[in-house]
Amino acid sequence: MSDTIAHILISIGVLFDLLGCVGLVRLPDVYNRLQAATKCVTLGTCMILIGVLVLVGFNALGIKAVICMVFVLLTSPTSAHALARGSHKAGVPLWPDSVTDKYKERKGAEK
Amino acid sequence: MSTLMQIYICALSVSAFLCLYRIGMGPTPPDRTVGIDILGTLVVGFCAFMSILTGKDFYMNIGISWALLSFVGTLALAKFLERRSLDE
Repeated sequence: MSDTIAHILISIGVLFDLLGCVGLVRLPDVYNRLQAATKCVTLGTCMILIGVLVLVGFNALGIKAVICMVFVLLTSPTSAHALARGSHKAGVPLWPDSVTDKYKERKGAEK
Repeated sequence: MSTLMQIYICALSVSAFLCLYRIGMGPTPPDRTVGIDILGTLVVGFCAFMSILTGKDFYMNIGISWALLSFVGTLALAKFLERRSLDE
């Protein structure tokens, strides 16, 4: 029973990883790619690590999987935020069909 | 190695090749940086599979250190893209 639950969790995680990377290839500009890839791959890797924990139980490997999951959950959104900010400041243009750019409006208002 | 595990590793490899496509073909430098960041997160998943397949737990140590090093590297690249110094 526990093996079945673990394999379901790992399957969901691998599916999220695959779809996130398809989004990384298919979406039009760097901000869309960042959004799709970072969210999906973070959730996918965390699901894989939860699946490892359910599969092996609370031994050394399972505890290390939990620690690794906490690190991925903390660091991945932070690096994505820094990367989006850095690419906006580096002047990477938005997709031409984008509707709004709130960050540029706020930077213009502060000047 | 069970059939299910083979399917998982094939799917993760396809994801890694899609990331490599974006790293190679990305039109701007931030695109390549996004690809490197995502590839680092995928390697953590590979380390988890390696530790299941071999039954040894030190592969997860490699995963933890890989996650942290990938984080530091991405932050440094983001600062570099902002044209700012690293100690600001």
